[in-house]
Amino acid sequence: QVSVALKEGQVTPTQLCQRCLALIRSTKFLNAYITVAEETALKQAEESEKRYRRGQPLGVLDGIPVSVKDNFNTAGIETTCASNMLKGYISPYNATVVQKLLDQGAVLLGKTNLDEFAMGSGSTDGVFGPVRNPWSYSRQYKEKSVSKSHSEDEESNWVITGGSSGGSAAAVSSFTCFAALGSDTGGSTRNPAAHCGVVGLKPTYGLISRHGLIPLVNSMDVPGILTRCVDDAAVVLGSIAGHDPKDSTTIQDNFMPFELPDLTDVSKLSIGIPKEYHAPGLSSEILALWSKAADLFKDAGAKVIEVSLPHTRYSIVCYHVLCTAEVASNMARFDGLEYGHRSDMNESTESMYAATRREGFNDVVRGRILSGNYFLLKQNYENYFIKAQKVRRLIANDFVKVFRSGVDILLTPTTLSDAVPYMEFIKEDNRTRSTQDDILTQAANMAGLPAVSVPTALSEKGLPVGLQFIGRSFQEKQLLTIAKWFEKQVKFPMIQLEEVKRLDHGVFQHQKSASFS
Amino acid sequence: MRVLWFGRWLRAGAAAMVPAGPPRAAAELLAHLERLALVDFRDAEGVERLQKAIQFADRLQEVNTDGVEPMDSVLEDRCLYLREDNVTEGNCTKELLKNAREKVEEYFVAPPGNIPLPKLDEQETFLQGS
Repeated sequence: QVSVALKEGQVTPTQLCQRCLALIRSTKFLNAYITVAEETALKQAEESEKRYRRGQPLGVLDGIPVSVKDNFNTAGIETTCASNMLKGYISPYNATVVQKLLDQGAVLLGKTNLDEFAMGSGSTDGVFGPVRNPWSYSRQYKEKSVSKSHSEDEESNWVITGGSSGGSAAAVSSFTCFAALGSDTGGSTRNPAAHCGVVGLKPTYGLISRHGLIPLVNSMDVPGILTRCVDDAAVVLGSIAGHDPKDSTTIQDNFMPFELPDLTDVSKLSIGIPKEYHAPGLSSEILALWSKAADLFKDAGAKVIEVSLPHTRYSIVCYHVLCTAEVASNMARFDGLEYGHRSDMNESTESMYAATRREGFNDVVRGRILSGNYFLLKQNYENYFIKAQKVRRLIANDFVKVFRSGVDILLTPTTLSDAVPYMEFIKEDNRTRSTQDDILTQAANMAGLPAVSVPTALSEKGLPVGLQFIGRSFQEKQLLTIAKWFEKQVKFPMIQLEEVKRLDHGVFQHQKSASFS
Repeated sequence: MRVLWFGRWLRAGAAAMVPAGPPRAAAELLAHLERLALVDFRDAEGVERLQKAIQFADRLQEVNTDGVEPMDSVLEDRCLYLREDNVTEGNCTKELLKNAREKVEEYFVAPPGNIPLPKLDEQETFLQGS
């Protein structure tokens, strides 16, 4: 809808850009952005405006403000991965996906906050501080929270966004941009999407280029897309997917951007409900929502059957081993010589490396590097690393078996509960939290399957809850079509934020369902 | 400036915290890991984190993987594509050097190599020297 507004001249790209920038300024307390690229954004908006005036926009995304997670390289803009190691690092090049968005005319507003090096499930462990969930300040949450004294609660009761793409999710959820890029290795896009009430899409591994995305786990990373509705996700996917000669793990098949049809008849669909996803710790609210969703499909005529993915509970252990092993290797490039932080220690090369890495990485990162190195030791290689790879095959085979038996799509919860307050979250350490929170999203990464988290309803506390759909490899069109149907059925409410209402003249009135397509 | 904390607390009698035998890591193993990874545990909490990680990973042993091949990539059924060996971009020396802190002309400058990290018992003297 905003795109139409831009085309018809009801609002100009620069106006849009300025309003978003103003909104970013007024929502600074959310800490969603690390770097706001004001000048370049306004320049891009001006260019876009010239194009619209000539009647030659580059496409649907021309002039649309977007933001990008801070582990994507962006030329001329600081890229930090929320770590001391890369503070002050200005990339000399654009990541392929960033370049594709810019080529379509999108306006890059800034880089969003994350967990350090995308390790974590709360967006709380970056050096720039934790990201606050915009829903903590929504009227819906405030009405439901029991307060002892008003001012005290505002400050201490805020909830986390989930991670690790928390900044991107918060940015989209608080209307400061229309789409954001995140990355998904173990659920890092879908987890915050569910907690912030936005759509989080994890595409199939190999569909989107990872060139320029600072790698965490080469065999599981994918760039993720966060938007306010499913149609938008499809549009963004259409513009960034496809083979990239600079990333040899992208498949060579031709990718055709698609529009999502409006599904009216779901009776030919077969929805699978994996029983192992009824994990210990799943809140009763989410369980109820899950059943309601299943019933929704059943009542509409679809075939809803229970399926089994027996190795689900090992996926998190498997992930733990493979992730730490690949991290140990990927973090080896940070030695302070060519870029990034460099320690003053000058006695010898090795001591300089050691000191640089000690100063640059936080506990989480160092912990994972050390564990990874342990699992890769000669004496442990067979028992841990190779074993984890074998378990990975078993997990992937589970999915293959289920999809071969006629199931079109799987319906599962995305998170175990709604967003927890920050004070509670930090009581447990990063690894324990990741273990608990990634359990429902991890397996899709193991098998490389596409998955999308769709905001479903508000919990009793007034916080968003999302449900996840997992589809067949490279069948994003089918996945998103079903997700779109579901989205229409549940009619998830819009966030009611003070700051957004204040700036709500013209631009945002255009969006009843807050979309730009 | 301290390079490796490890020696410090170990000498402080924390040896009791590091029980021997699999899957617990012995003291030499920890030092070896620190050297391989070139990051340090920093304190006892770091070591405990490792031990918990190992214990967690041991759950993998419960799974029966007889006859299963390890999986490297989910795209294993497809052919890997290699580009033609043509130079398509480059000549960006200035941009690349911009991010390095210490450089001379077109070289990255590193401190002298081939000096091994001090062993545990040499820690004290090394520290005094730096």
